[in-house]
Amino acid sequence: MKYLMLVCVDPDLEPGAAQGAPDVEDWVREMGGKGIRLMGDRVRPGSDATTVRVRNREVLLSDGPYAETKDLIAGFDVIECADLDEAVEVASRHPMAWGGVIELRPFWVEDRDA
Amino acid sequence: MAEESAGEFIAGIYAEAWSRIVATMIRFTGGDWNLAEDCAQDAFAQALRTWPQDGVPRQPLAWLTTAARNRAIDRMRRATRDAVKARAWAAWEQRHEPPAYRSDAEIPDERLELMFTCCHPALNLDAQVALTLRSLAGLSTAQIARAFLVPERTMGQRIFRAKQKIAHAVIPLRVPPAHLLPERLPGVLHVLYLLFNEGYGAAGDREALSREAIRLARVLVALMPDEPEALGMLALMLLHDARRPARFDADGELVTLEDQDRSRWDRDLIAEGGAVLERALRRRRAGPFQIQAAIAACHATAPYARQTDWPQIVALYGRLARVAPSPVVELNRAVAISMARSPEAALPLVEAIAESGRLEGYYLLHATRADLLRRCGRAEEADACLRSALALAPTDAERRLLSRRLAAH
Repeated sequence: MKYLMLVCVDPDLEPGAAQGAPDVEDWVREMGGKGIRLMGDRVRPGSDATTVRVRNREVLLSDGPYAETKDLIAGFDVIECADLDEAVEVASRHPMAWGGVIELRPFWVEDRDA
Repeated sequence: MAEESAGEFIAGIYAEAWSRIVATMIRFTGGDWNLAEDCAQDAFAQALRTWPQDGVPRQPLAWLTTAARNRAIDRMRRATRDAVKARAWAAWEQRHEPPAYRSDAEIPDERLELMFTCCHPALNLDAQVALTLRSLAGLSTAQIARAFLVPERTMGQRIFRAKQKIAHAVIPLRVPPAHLLPERLPGVLHVLYLLFNEGYGAAGDREALSREAIRLARVLVALMPDEPEALGMLALMLLHDARRPARFDADGELVTLEDQDRSRWDRDLIAEGGAVLERALRRRRAGPFQIQAAIAACHATAPYARQTDWPQIVALYGRLARVAPSPVVELNRAVAISMARSPEAALPLVEAIAESGRLEGYYLLHATRADLLRRCGRAEEADACLRSALALAPTDAERRLLSRRLAAH
């Protein structure tokens, strides 16, 4: 089962709360080596984002992120796990689970949806 | 006669058989909870049609599970456009399993796996409770909705959404590994205790729910012998269960704790409950279940109602209010205060809860208030509260008890 890990910052986190968090390079090396992490990267902040819509066949662009929320998404990873328990374990060992928030989204499996 | 006895037999095995069939079918269908429950339901419907004529089979669980499985195979085979069901069907064909279960002993007991999956923390608590009562206890959506004071439609959506999430996010059907058990346990305890209460509030068939909750609590205690709250919960269940024979009189009418014939309490269960509580308290990590069990032990060991150690119970409710604050605990503490001191001392506490509006839909708030008002000599106000309680009481037995009280005033 593939999961998208949305790696987010937590603006409410108190400084120092993430003490003892694991190292991200170690995480990438380990999960890549095990074949769990398929891909992933950091992304530029919302101030560098461009939003694209096509309306009445016209391409409309706007400067900035789609959601008018705080700038949350810092990166992403795609992981392949047996089940949610394994995905939670993998996510909980990512440093941004300690210093931010990770949202796990299962991939849409076409025929699994009722 | 034969028709009635087959129906009664099915009702008797329903709670246990339902959960075992559902768990087996979830495994069999590769995690399709909706299909699993549909097939379990079909199997029971088939039994209700055929057993009254053909008689109850020698291996009823095997019969039902086979019927559910045949139904699942049928639906998977037909669902060629549904790739998940088609794959499950192909996988089943490859496994070359026997076409039928021959004996009940062959059916795996995966109720504990089902319990931990229903109580998975990736589901919100409401969903966990609802799903456990549906998939494990086999309660109908309507019954669960009544227990939680929400519309049936809301409850149906909650359960459907939970099953969808389990399927889509791939929440596994299993008991978590040892290192995850401590964080996964409280949700399971909470749900089991609700299950126990569901059976405890009723006479007849649904008693099986309490027995099932106790049975699963024993399994949990065996699995986690050092977890004092699991022991505390088991002790609490046993101590409550000990009073069951005295809770209803010969006419099936509800009898309050105060008026119960204590000679009918089950001494063995009280002794066992007390011993389990002792085991829990030795670990010196008292939690809400252990404190509640200690309160139940105070009642269970009082030879007569008037010999109840109410000051001790007041103290225990005070402790409970600190570790697990809730308006229901406050209400019970007020009752204890009314017995340890006076109804006049307790009434303001109950009125404060009533004014906060937090237990507005809870009939025992109004019934308790009525009792205190009556004992304070304010009969008219007491009757008004009793009528509010009557309108909110969830079962016929409770309504009749309140009606009798109203008539006696």
